[in-house]
Amino acid sequence: MSSSELRHTALDALHRSLGATMTDFAGWDMPLRYGSERDEHVAVRTRAGLFDLSHMGEITVTGAGAAALLNHALVGNIASVGVGRARYTMICQADGGILDDLIVYRLAETEYMVVANASNAQVVLDALTERAGGFDAEVRDDRDAYALIAVQGPESPGILKSLTDADLDGLKYYAGLPGTVAGVPALIARTGYTGEDGFELFVKPEHAVELWQALTKAGEGVGLVPCGLSCRDTLRLEAGMPLYGHELTTALTPFDAGLGRVVKFEKEGDFVGREALAEAAARAEQNPPRVLVGLVAEGRRIPRAGFAVVSGGAVIGEVTSGAPSPTLGKPIAMAYVDAAHAAPGTEGVGVDIRGSHEPFEVVALPFYKRQK
Amino acid sequence: MSNPQQLRYSKEHEWLSAAENGVSTVGITEFAANALGDVVYAQLPEVGSTVEAGETCGELESTKSVSDLYSPVSGEITEINEDVVNDPSLVNSAPFEGGWLFKVRVTDEPADLLSADEYTAQNAG
Repeated sequence: MSSSELRHTALDALHRSLGATMTDFAGWDMPLRYGSERDEHVAVRTRAGLFDLSHMGEITVTGAGAAALLNHALVGNIASVGVGRARYTMICQADGGILDDLIVYRLAETEYMVVANASNAQVVLDALTERAGGFDAEVRDDRDAYALIAVQGPESPGILKSLTDADLDGLKYYAGLPGTVAGVPALIARTGYTGEDGFELFVKPEHAVELWQALTKAGEGVGLVPCGLSCRDTLRLEAGMPLYGHELTTALTPFDAGLGRVVKFEKEGDFVGREALAEAAARAEQNPPRVLVGLVAEGRRIPRAGFAVVSGGAVIGEVTSGAPSPTLGKPIAMAYVDAAHAAPGTEGVGVDIRGSHEPFEVVALPFYKRQK
Repeated sequence: MSNPQQLRYSKEHEWLSAAENGVSTVGITEFAANALGDVVYAQLPEVGSTVEAGETCGELESTKSVSDLYSPVSGEITEINEDVVNDPSLVNSAPFEGGWLFKVRVTDEPADLLSADEYTAQNAG
């Protein structure tokens, strides 16, 4: 692996000065952790954490036909999203397979920002561009136009309030508004991927270092720490949030992933995947496929993606994500299991961990829900 | 990070203490502990079992990965560190001290164990 082939964010030098362990993530050289990933995880749950998420892919869709294009290209009803609000949605293939999960922000009446996973940004960009044919809309690659910094955790509103005049109290979860943070123009969004309250700040790359330093200073007194992708993964896993490539793939429809609610058949006009998704919905109702469940270990060994879930010696499913949970103090996993074994409390379920069948408890997701 | 001079090292990042009454202590280096990240599970060899130099004798699991544990020497396991079994984070916080892994009565050792300086040079840059 040659590091010269990797892309670097605007905060790269800062990460190195903070002693970050870097890792190749979807072609980007990203911070994995700065110190202990467990400490970073706990900081986000109890205080606040600062993340560089500049590898995420931003795509701007503008024009009189922007809403109609997104309604056609994505499975959600994007036209119904109010200005200043955001929505979790998916882009699917014609056969219903999930190409990516997305957050779409409606920035103005005819302007949307689509945020794709780093590993899928090009795929999403290509699909949107292709699907834009015949619509009065422009699809723009804005991946290089933004750095993305997230502040997550219970102390994050206080930290941000000390740096902005924006009306954060009026900013609901899954909403975004333009404002200024520490003198830097930013799209301030109340979104995140940690299960905590928090904000994602989209800024010009040339302002990223200044903003990161201002946030670091503002968070000094309340225990804010820089956080890497490693703790982001355990945070989202505890919160039961799916990750593309693990819980979501082109081999699954949203109904197979237990996320059929994101598909809006009642919206106006046709959309890519409608027919296949209607069949998948009917199939899920009559003859449920494997179901995404939570597993909590009784022992200490850790289930990993790809490990078989077993019962009575037979394979009944597969682990999609697994890690030690700092909050629960036990290993946890998400897994697709046969519907017959999916009910919380089902007896006799285990995971094959390198040849040994370790006992696990089937639980409902999420593993962790913050107190509001 | 500095690697204690009085220890010897394997290329697989274990350290080996000088033998006392034929028994040496084995752990993994700070370099290896940092590379692993937070160690959350340690499966150590059984007391009384024999281990072969360079062969798997257990595993260390961190948040993101699992690594085989090798013995740098051949011999019989005389003791394992129960503190590490109960609190694997000792491997990260004190790799050369409280985070030692097992003691082995050495019957044979490979010729290519490294000195502290050689090991440091191997992992420089």
